Amino acid sequence: MAQMTMIQAITDAMRTELKNDENVLVFGEDVGQNGGVFRATEGLQKEYGEDRVFDTPLAESGIIGLSVGLSTQGFRPVPEIQFFGFVYEAMDAINGQAARMRYRSGGTKNIPITIRSPFGGGVHTPELHADSLEGLIAQQPGVRVVIPSTPYDAKGLLISSIRNNDPVVYLEHMKLYRSFRGEVPEEEYTVDLDKADIKREGSDITLIAYGAMVHSALKAADELEKEGINAEVIDLRTVSPVDYDTIIESVKKTNRVVMIQEAQRQAGIGGQVMSEIQERAILHLEAPVLRVTAPDTVYPFTAAEEVWLPDHQDIIEKAKQAINF
Amino acid sequence: MLKNSIEDIENQFEIIQILNEEGEIVNKEEMPDLSDDDLKELMRRMVYTRVLDQRSIALNRQGRLGFYAPTAGQEASQLGSQFAIEKEDYLLPAYRDVPQLIWQGLPLSKAFLFSRGHFKGNQMPEGVNAMSPQIIIGAQYIQAAGVGLGLKKRGEKAIAITYTGDGGASQGDFYEGINFAGAYKANNVFVVQNNQFAISVPVEKQSAANTVAQKSVAAGIPGVRVDGMDVLAVYKAVRDARERAINGEGPSLIETVTYRYGPHTMAGDDPTRYRTEELDDEWEKKDPLIRFRKYLEAKGLWSEEEENKTIETAKEEIKAAIKEADGVEKQKVTDLISIMHEELPANLKEQMEEYKEKESK
Ligand SMILES: Cc1ncc(C[n+]2csc(CCOP(=O)(O)OP(=O)(O)O)c2C)c(N)n1
Repeated sequence: MAQMTMIQAITDAMRTELKNDENVLVFGEDVGQNGGVFRATEGLQKEYGEDRVFDTPLAESGIIGLSVGLSTQGFRPVPEIQFFGFVYEAMDAINGQAARMRYRSGGTKNIPITIRSPFGGGVHTPELHADSLEGLIAQQPGVRVVIPSTPYDAKGLLISSIRNNDPVVYLEHMKLYRSFRGEVPEEEYTVDLDKADIKREGSDITLIAYGAMVHSALKAADELEKEGINAEVIDLRTVSPVDYDTIIESVKKTNRVVMIQEAQRQAGIGGQVMSEIQERAILHLEAPVLRVTAPDTVYPFTAAEEVWLPDHQDIIEKAKQAINF
Repeated sequence: MLKNSIEDIENQFEIIQILNEEGEIVNKEEMPDLSDDDLKELMRRMVYTRVLDQRSIALNRQGRLGFYAPTAGQEASQLGSQFAIEKEDYLLPAYRDVPQLIWQGLPLSKAFLFSRGHFKGNQMPEGVNAMSPQIIIGAQYIQAAGVGLGLKKRGEKAIAITYTGDGGASQGDFYEGINFAGAYKANNVFVVQNNQFAISVPVEKQSAANTVAQKSVAAGIPGVRVDGMDVLAVYKAVRDARERAINGEGPSLIETVTYRYGPHTMAGDDPTRYRTEELDDEWEKKDPLIRFRKYLEAKGLWSEEEENKTIETAKEEIKAAIKEADGVEKQKVTDLISIMHEELPANLKEQMEEYKEKESK
């Protein structure tokens, strides 16, 4: 097995699918010769040619609209939105069009589009380059939202997304791109969509997170361990739709939950998960389901981001609150 | 059918130059009406802004600035166009257009605060009619149409000027902006600084159209393509467009053909991945400062002393401005909470208390 960073695993997944299926096309702003602004598509144009890996004109609605059209011709587009803060430009193309094409064709058309995009804070980017906007897409039926937190999951989930016949928005947390390496098989494999993963087993409390917050939750769990609190950490991996089976099973065991998201508190994935838990398992709860989020402001353009972003201390605090309830 | 000649259309958009690379006036009829003092001031601003660019890059590398998009190479396009507008005009810049904002009256220290992501860098001083630099490519273009229409409805003798790049001219907002402004004959001047690349993507890949200026045809507004390394040509084009707009004749589109010498931004872009050294050299020969300096020196309006004095002044003022920016209180989450709405809604009231406590630790 190879040791890869998350971004290497992502490149490897695209390479695998470009090789497996000649209908896979990779495109977006700067993804060709430049290999993407983060180098996620590094070398792919050289290997697979400009016909299959190419730069687009600068227009996000164009990129996704084009993808919808290409899918009607049997292609499997893997477009990139350079930073997810630019998704507003493509909201109609994604939520108003791609997500509704199967419905609009009476269930007959496949829309196998995988929209990749970097997101997330902590890397000192300018305005609209760090926002966690997964909730905007999650509200739309007909499209999945997938967010890996490890190199292994990143490759397997991206391959699954590309092979899936419905649209997927696949979000890559920028802070995880190169911050650590993990074991990634060189051969192809898939990780199931719509399935959460228990990243750490525990019996006293369940910490639910996704993206970079999985690592903050794991760090919090290590600290809590020193105080005799044994936390289970669930990585949602697909944030829409959510795998409630895994969550409820864990809740039945721990009876306490902290939901963690990097996004603002208002109307996010967290609120959705929490309300489902109380609907499905209220009698198993020993404390209110608590949450850790960012405040309801826009993402601070560089300055103040350390305080703005939730961290493991915030998680520890909430976990203790739940335990001592 | 389909017999109209694209070539004929494109031929109407040849590059207009007034000052050639040797510093000679090659187009007397278009020579703008500028006094000797104006000419010297334009040179001073270009030299100053080149120093500001070099210092900003250095400060960024030292971690003392945040977001920065280099400007060297584009001085004629940026400063010639800004020189053609008036204090009452309204400026909608993109992220690379900080120099225009500065010469329109934004204090340097605020430009540095903007780079650092501090909200005070976005607060325009009294009398500076401008938005802060736009990050979303193209968004300023359609907003500019609204500003231009507003000025027209108010009967102001003022215009809205906005900027984007060759890449930006592919965005829907670009087309919508010039189309709306045209439909309302709004008080607008639209500038596209065609610096040949949108990050790594060459302008040839943006469109089948060989010029940006010709996109004006579809919007039904006049367009012109000027040498963007020639400060006189840029000035004249914008001045004429402004004149038209305040006379109620509607918007214009100006393409300035230029080049960015540096990386796209200071966040890891490596131009050697997509540009050759030969291309860089070719463009550096067209440098806007070199030709204007030659022209002014021949007229006895500029000297090495003046150049050095300008450089020294720039360095001192930059140093003082950084010091001033350093002295501004660090941005807090509670600052952000307080600027989200005019009045704090309930959720933010709660969070204000929570973060006050966090920040006091
Ligand atoms: C809507 C949107 N899409 C993409 C980007 C990322 N991006 C920033 S600058 C840039 C290239 C812009 O090129 P151009 O318009 O030619 O202007 P230049 O930077 O050359 O001045 C891109 C793709 C963005 N900021 N906003």
